[in-house]
Amino acid sequence: MSEQYVAAIDQGTASSRCLVFDQQGRIVSVGQKEHAQIFPRPGWVEHDPEEIWRNVLYVVKTALDKAGLASGDLVALGIANQRETTLLWDRHTGKPLHNAISWQDTRTDNLVRELGGNVGQDRFRDRCGLPLATYFSGPKVSWLLEHIPDLRRRAEAGDVLFGTMDSWLIWKLTGLHVTDVTNASRTMLMNLKTLDWDDELLSAMGVPRQVLPQIRASSQVYGEASGLLRGVPVAAALGDQQAALFGQTCFSVGEGKCTYGTGSFLLMNTGPQARPSTHGLLTTIGYRIADQPATYALEGSIAVTGALVQWLRDKVGLIASAPEVETLARTVDDNGGIYFVPAFSGLFAPHWRSDARGVIAGLTGYVTKGHIARAILEATAWQTREVVDAMNVDSGVELTTLKADGGMTANNLLMQFLADVLGVPVVRPLVAETVSLGAAYAAGLAVGFWPNVESLRANWHKAAEWLPNKAARDREKGYRKWKKAVSRTLDWVDDDD
Amino acid sequence: MPKPIQSIERAAAILRLLSGPTRRLSLVELTGELGLPKGTVYGMLRTLVQVGFVEQDPDSGKYRIGATLLHLGSSYLDGNELRTRALNWSDWLAARSRESVRIGTMHEGHVLVVHHVFRPDDSPQALEVGTLLPAHACAMGKVLLAQNPYVVTELSKTQLARITSATITDPYQLSAELEEVRERGWAAEIEELIVGEASCAAPIRDRRGVSVGAIAVSGAVERVCEKGQPRAELVSYVREGARTISRDLGAIPW
Repeated sequence: MSEQYVAAIDQGTASSRCLVFDQQGRIVSVGQKEHAQIFPRPGWVEHDPEEIWRNVLYVVKTALDKAGLASGDLVALGIANQRETTLLWDRHTGKPLHNAISWQDTRTDNLVRELGGNVGQDRFRDRCGLPLATYFSGPKVSWLLEHIPDLRRRAEAGDVLFGTMDSWLIWKLTGLHVTDVTNASRTMLMNLKTLDWDDELLSAMGVPRQVLPQIRASSQVYGEASGLLRGVPVAAALGDQQAALFGQTCFSVGEGKCTYGTGSFLLMNTGPQARPSTHGLLTTIGYRIADQPATYALEGSIAVTGALVQWLRDKVGLIASAPEVETLARTVDDNGGIYFVPAFSGLFAPHWRSDARGVIAGLTGYVTKGHIARAILEATAWQTREVVDAMNVDSGVELTTLKADGGMTANNLLMQFLADVLGVPVVRPLVAETVSLGAAYAAGLAVGFWPNVESLRANWHKAAEWLPNKAARDREKGYRKWKKAVSRTLDWVDDDD
Repeated sequence: MPKPIQSIERAAAILRLLSGPTRRLSLVELTGELGLPKGTVYGMLRTLVQVGFVEQDPDSGKYRIGATLLHLGSSYLDGNELRTRALNWSDWLAARSRESVRIGTMHEGHVLVVHHVFRPDDSPQALEVGTLLPAHACAMGKVLLAQNPYVVTELSKTQLARITSATITDPYQLSAELEEVRERGWAAEIEELIVGEASCAAPIRDRRGVSVGAIAVSGAVERVCEKGQPRAELVSYVREGARTISRDLGAIPW
């Protein structure tokens, strides 16, 4: 018998990718294509769902061609997707009824404030684990039903289907209207305990139940694909950050990972019970394998990490490419006493202060561009420290090792500094593409390509490790200064701004 | 403003003439063009040949621009950038070969390790990024030296340090091996750096085809080698990894 493979589609914010993996979890080939970011107005961000579907077909074909494979060589297909991005389409024609509204889109700003009423952003936290924020899908659906003519009537008549990108792709591949439990947990419409759509949440947001997909496990055969991937079982779907948790094989309570990209996302497995957060984290579903109980997770997201390096490159022009920030930062030995808090659109986890704006604190005439580069890298590490501290308290488990992945793990200075400020080892897995790997693992597990999660753990290998190398006293002094800098960002935005 | 240094001005004039439309000029022609005494021009040419900026054609005796000068200023790629862009495929190489992977660049006559992927067996290993390796005693060094004849001339004048009993310390023997490395496109090193370890390496090229670094697989000699040579399978993985990274850097596929 010839060798068999699993394919993963990573439908991301900027591009769609397809990665093919072998049974050892090794990358065999990659296809990638970017799609347009549509900005109809300030604060609005949309994607063309038809373009995304065309790109998905293109990247699948590219990845198969590069490896010289046919669809018959694939035992399963898994999907990882940008979370919360919202789409409605016509049940009968399958045509989208508008552009997909990206998770970054802030058009529901007023709506989420109204929904909070006099209780505030935590009004629905008990039920869905999330604070009211513009990211999540429920309010976006609500906005669409209000603003597109005749849509509410058609939705109530059962002619309209809602889905996040996983549902859209599964619909296009198999004709089924389903979503997975991790994606459903980001809508603000699902009850965290029953894992079903919640009538009170639906009525608060005015979303008719008939538009909603069926909620399935993350690892389960949903159906067989037709077309290009004819006959391939579509066997997994996970939100991208949950997929990374799966790809990093964080299957035990207390295991966590942080994915470093434009923003960064720290997720920790908290086991079969939902852990409420009192420190500004989100409670979410980590994954669910077939009919086993769901595994919950705590999530802390950091809005500005890689984005700060991009800012230095694109807006300030101090570096020509992102990796050069390390070269510049290495021209000096320390941060020269400065701290850069990138609260560009307020402070997020664990502070949640929208009145904050960024500062560089501690400036003196001694400071050079090298110190600024260093402070920019350190900002990512200190923000991680704040989220880890919150997570240790909320989960009741101490993080003992940080599994890091994503593009910024290529930055050695940052990874070493991260180990120094957390006081625990930071490790990078051999396959940095944990999002795609997680989707592939979940799909392969569903069809028996891998027998159990233990066999997936055996595929996890350490590619690099950074050990803490800083005296506790220096670390705590730095953290104290960082916290002082954070306090300087507060109360900047005024009513007349 | 201080006065310009005359000898540098004259050297620059020679280089300009050699990069002009004729490309190859004899000593007599250069002397005529510059209007300087033959002895002065000859002395400058000798120095320029020594540093690799100018070469003398062995048949016609004419002078031309040297390979070193062509590479100078065009071959630099930030080591941090190289690591970032090679991240996925160096992981791929470690996963395929089941051995540790390093990427190195030339740094003041040594090989600077800019990236290191652990051998994927979860044994304790320490990150070696930032380490300097003796160029003549490692496979990455041989690959990088083979690109640059000037460095070989330079090395032949210095003492090649003996690291192990297998280290090549004879400049002629090293030159001959580098010639072979240039021909076949990859280098091997067997117990020349660490007793019991071997490695093989291939060049990473940018879009001009210039080597910007080398990628190597290293491990215990009994795993890496077969009959005194790196296993053919490992060599093909290293070359495929190097080619893929080069392609990502914009090199023309070959």
